[in-house]
Amino acid sequence: MDKNIAIIMINILTVLFVPFLVLGIINKTKAFWGGRKGASVFQPFYNTIKLFKKDKTISTTTSWIFNFAPVVVFATTLFAAFFAPMVNGYSIINIAGAFVIFSYILGLGKFFALISAMDTGSSFEGMGASREACFTTIVEPAFFIILASTVVLSGNYNFNSITNTISNFQSYGILIAVLASISLLVMLLIECSRIPVDDPSTHLELTMIHEVMILDNSGFDFALLSWASGIKMVILMSLIANFIIPSGLNNSLNILLYYLIIFVLAVLTGTIESAIARLRMSHVFEFIFVMSSLALVIASLTAVKIYGV
Amino acid sequence: MNYYVIKNNQRINLLDIPTIEFESLKAQLAITNLRPIAFFGADWGQNIKLYTALADDERGEILLSSSLIDKSVKGYESITKDNSQYHMFEREFYEQFGIKPEGHPWLKPVRKNLDNYEFFEMEGEQTHQVAVGPIHAGVIEPGHFRFMCQGEKIYNLEIMLGYQHRGVEDLMVKNPSNQLAESICGDSVIAYNNAYSQTIEQLGETKISTKAKLIRAIALEMERIAIHIGDMGAILGDIAYLVGKEVYGVTRTLVINTMLEISGSRFGRGLVTVGGVNFDIDKKMSDKIISTLITVEKTVDKMTKAALKSSTVMSRLEKTGTVSTETAQELNLVGLIGRSCGLNIDSRFDFSDEIYSALKRRPFSATNDAYSRFLIRYKEIKESISFVKHFLTELEKHLDEPIYTEPKAFIPNSFTLSVVEGWRGEIVHIATTDESGKISRYKIKDPSFNNWYGLSMAVRNNGISDFPLCNKGFDLSYCGFDL
Repeated sequence: MDKNIAIIMINILTVLFVPFLVLGIINKTKAFWGGRKGASVFQPFYNTIKLFKKDKTISTTTSWIFNFAPVVVFATTLFAAFFAPMVNGYSIINIAGAFVIFSYILGLGKFFALISAMDTGSSFEGMGASREACFTTIVEPAFFIILASTVVLSGNYNFNSITNTISNFQSYGILIAVLASISLLVMLLIECSRIPVDDPSTHLELTMIHEVMILDNSGFDFALLSWASGIKMVILMSLIANFIIPSGLNNSLNILLYYLIIFVLAVLTGTIESAIARLRMSHVFEFIFVMSSLALVIASLTAVKIYGV
Repeated sequence: MNYYVIKNNQRINLLDIPTIEFESLKAQLAITNLRPIAFFGADWGQNIKLYTALADDERGEILLSSSLIDKSVKGYESITKDNSQYHMFEREFYEQFGIKPEGHPWLKPVRKNLDNYEFFEMEGEQTHQVAVGPIHAGVIEPGHFRFMCQGEKIYNLEIMLGYQHRGVEDLMVKNPSNQLAESICGDSVIAYNNAYSQTIEQLGETKISTKAKLIRAIALEMERIAIHIGDMGAILGDIAYLVGKEVYGVTRTLVINTMLEISGSRFGRGLVTVGGVNFDIDKKMSDKIISTLITVEKTVDKMTKAALKSSTVMSRLEKTGTVSTETAQELNLVGLIGRSCGLNIDSRFDFSDEIYSALKRRPFSATNDAYSRFLIRYKEIKESISFVKHFLTELEKHLDEPIYTEPKAFIPNSFTLSVVEGWRGEIVHIATTDESGKISRYKIKDPSFNNWYGLSMAVRNNGISDFPLCNKGFDLSYCGFDL
């Protein structure tokens, strides 16, 4: 029991504070490739603290939705994190079919983010919402296929059963885990508005996707939204980590490996951002279809494994 | 044809310019295939005197003509209907003198009366308007952009400028100075200052030393190198190719820091003055400039090669924001943008003086798109670096010459015209003096005056998310346009 409480505490702290470090590491990596010194890895944390202290400005054209949405987005993201397997492959709320709840709780948050963007009446935010909705529509089925396949494969419908993919199915498992990791990394770049899909650092209203939706938010609301977006990134990284880490390792090794993978993924994201340019908006779909096609491969492999050839 | 033919930087008697019937002047302008570089009015007693200047790029000549219009005249049949190159000039003339070009297809405010601006609008199920500015998300100048889109596709972009109208032309008449000239457009300090100084010198027919001319040319090319490198970085920054953005950014600093060492200002403020230049370039400085430029060239070569090798970069640049050569010609696009669209105009060579005549331009095959706008900058950086090296060796032959000559008093009833190829394109300064030898009219034309409409054409039928990329490729001036 004590051990469980320790793991739960580690999980909660990870969900809340690792997002800042991950963003910090990504920015540091980008600075490194650009030949700059870059800001401290704790800078995103300081920024959020600063934002919490600031007043917020609210446009007169908005309604209650705009005020309400950031809280919903943050709450749903945090809540979703409790369903996902995090440190040590541990899901705080571990029930059968959790991945469906997980997806739809995140979906609820996204819904509020979208209508809040529309609520401002700004033409940029409308465009951003339209793009976000469009991309999400294509990402969601792929995400479902991947998770459903791996969960079904494990035989029990708990979300954290993805941790057993490699150990249970050896060569099959490795193949599926690698494919799933790649497609989740693609999803991470899409969902967390990173290059090549979106560019979080330039402020070009006409080209942004996620960033443009929060253009009108300031102070407290903006802090919540950027924190939530960091948490989402850590959740997706955790899924990748849990696909890769084989089960049966002792706890400390498992936890160490988990953080190592998160670190590597952050560096990898920063490197991808430095190495390639952003895609043309009309080519983003092709990038998302990479994820879809990998998902279909995983589904086929699962079918083969379950029903035989 | 009734013209007075002059060369660049030549003073003539104001009354030598033929004054002809307005109708016959219009007929001349409508049929000529020479492009206009000036079309402006000036107060002339009871009348308004309309001056026109056409550029014969091949012969390096400027053709002047003028006409008197009575102040009671309220309108005339627009020239733009027959020759679209006059569309901006006629709008400007209308705004300044209130004589309406009847039948002008796009008669909108240029700099004033922005409250009465009527936007072109479209209706339809999926069409929507996107209004950007005048205050933008980045630290840039004010300007309003109105997009008519269907989904992600731009049908039309309308650009409303004038937020920075300071009345520069009137200020130039009242109190002309180098400080004012170099503040007109802060990214073309040298180009503007050169044009202004040449214009003012010619009003008194002051001859400046070759050494001063060379130093001006070196500064002009250094400005071109610095801004072009910065722009290449900005283009890559807009498509989120971060390495390119940063490497070019660092390299640009090397160039402007060299300017700092020459003149005490990174943008060359205070370097050029009427009568010559304020700062000398000695042997030591000359060596320093050369060694900096060698480093710069190496870095730019390497970075450009890497960027163009990247498929993601090429996929964004190629076939984005294409302006056909015909459109460019019809709209009278000039300078860098004109050349990137396949027009072969460069006033450094077309109206060359002894400074540029020995130099050769490199060939460039234009593809008319964002790639072309990126690549032409690279080509011009390489060119300018070799030009600066050439000028520095030339400078050694003129070591003993003074850098400053006392300017002479203005000659009454003069007309001078100076065209300088700034990094953006031709900057035209025209000054006239009255009987007492005081400046009576000062006219400025920035290349942005021609090119803003080209940007509208470039983004047509492109995705709205490609607008920033096209905009950076054009990189036009707001304050140079607004004056």
